[in-house]
Amino acid sequence: MTSLPPREAAAERGTLMSVADTVIDVRDLGLVFETPDAPVEALKDINLQIRRGEFVTFIGPSGCGKTTLMRIIADLEQPTSGTVTVNGVSPHEARLQRAYGYIFQAAALYPWRNIQKNVELPHEIMGVSKAERAEKARRYLDLVGLKGFEKKFPFQLSGGMQQRASIARALSFDPDLLLMDEPFGALDEITRDRMNEELLRIWHETKKTVIFVTHSIDEAVLLSTRIVIMSARPGRIVEVIDSDLPAERNLETRESPVAQQLAHRIRLGLKAGHSYDEVR
Amino acid sequence: MKQGPAGWMVNKLLPVATVVAIIVLLWYVLAVALNWAQVSERLAKESDNPPVSAIVAGTWEMERPVLPAPHQIAAEFSKTVFETRVTAKRSLVYHAGVTASATLLGFALGAVLGIVLAIGIVHLKVLDRSLMPWIIASQTVPILAIAPMIIVVLGNVGLTGLVPKSIISMYLCFFPVAIGMVKGLRSPDPMQLDLMRSYNASAAQILWKLRLPASVPFLFASLKVAVAISLTGAIVGELPTGASAGLGARLLSGSYYGQTVQIWSALFMAAFLGMVLVYSIGGIERLTLGARGQAAGAR
Repeated sequence: MTSLPPREAAAERGTLMSVADTVIDVRDLGLVFETPDAPVEALKDINLQIRRGEFVTFIGPSGCGKTTLMRIIADLEQPTSGTVTVNGVSPHEARLQRAYGYIFQAAALYPWRNIQKNVELPHEIMGVSKAERAEKARRYLDLVGLKGFEKKFPFQLSGGMQQRASIARALSFDPDLLLMDEPFGALDEITRDRMNEELLRIWHETKKTVIFVTHSIDEAVLLSTRIVIMSARPGRIVEVIDSDLPAERNLETRESPVAQQLAHRIRLGLKAGHSYDEVR
Repeated sequence: MKQGPAGWMVNKLLPVATVVAIIVLLWYVLAVALNWAQVSERLAKESDNPPVSAIVAGTWEMERPVLPAPHQIAAEFSKTVFETRVTAKRSLVYHAGVTASATLLGFALGAVLGIVLAIGIVHLKVLDRSLMPWIIASQTVPILAIAPMIIVVLGNVGLTGLVPKSIISMYLCFFPVAIGMVKGLRSPDPMQLDLMRSYNASAAQILWKLRLPASVPFLFASLKVAVAISLTGAIVGELPTGASAGLGARLLSGSYYGQTVQIWSALFMAAFLGMVLVYSIGGIERLTLGARGQAAGAR
């Protein structure tokens, strides 16, 4: 079976989804950190497939490895066992091909560049012509609602606007995959709600595959098509829940019985992973 | 903070003027105390019981006082700065110009050397381990001890005048630049670096687009220190050569002939030159960083 090309191999296994649609394939992944006291199992036996166009949320308590798992997918961290493929190639090759846009916990804008120049940064590095990158930056700043703020410097913008600029920066070079690491964690709840709505709209408009790390159950319910519940010590996947919310959503969708039911299931999953236990 | 001209007078000028007035007052008192013995001795030869007022007046009028009075320094300063052609050998502006050119050349060389060393140290672990101890050791050698050696060695290979002085300046001023720049180039946070990795940026791109811009505030802080000690280096470089021009030469000839007034006015010129240099860097800093809203609040 090893000699078969991926597509046939999948057919052989009788997988329902087509392999061509698999963007991320994580198999038996493990990561052990060597520390002075004892080795720490940051991730253990992680198996996960993510299809094109999905919005997958990793949720779990601090220290469950959700960010680490995403960093491995982004080739910013190396696993100690198992395999990961991104678009059928290794994370390293995928990074070299600039396959993903990474959005960090903070906006990570460069303070000496104005907003326009910050969004142009990836294009400068990729050698895009001046006119084209200016045009792209304008288009995506418009998309995230920052039209008119091009010449402002990051310190002149609120936290929410800064994070929008960073989303524009990640979208602007049109990667198929967006990796979002608690992007709204530092924002107040009202701003976070607005950003969630905007993200839903952008996701509908751009049809990207999104991996989203959060520890907000609300956020996971509202945004995801699939929710991956993780637990700590060792970091592992407890449960994967398919969302049965309709594709068209808004903030009120969270109040619906279906959403309440989903939130309840997430809580049960977190409980099963001992997420609510007192930290030892 | 916005303020009117009156506010400026009260907030900026008044404290400075008060300090200057106190210093000048103490200076006159000190001049009396230090010059007293000489003056009273001289006056005692002329009359049996010289009045105290005559002695006090005399302490402020001596040709070669131990400590010249402020007005004597001011007179000498004004004579050699404003009343002498700037090209003349007796002009303090001319001497300051000679020292300033050595200072600036040494400063430029030192800044470039410091930046290049810092870039090497940040990128190559080997350089970090091998160079850093030597850079620190270089600064523990007293410059007064090593300056004559540099002058002699360079003189042997035919380098005299401006260049050896600049080398001494460079030797002193590359250090704060190297230390500041290493810190500055390492100042980007992990997220900003990860962002570059996610774009598959090359080391050169990370240097130009992230590390160097991030290090600019650190660079200016270092440059202010560097330009001040670069001036010290240039003056020290003028001492052992018996140089005919420059503030150092002025200090040296003043001490040969006991011309304390000349020494003090040269010292004031050096202080003034140093201030001009440091404030110029501060001005460039505000222009550079102000444009991106990163101006350091305090100078």
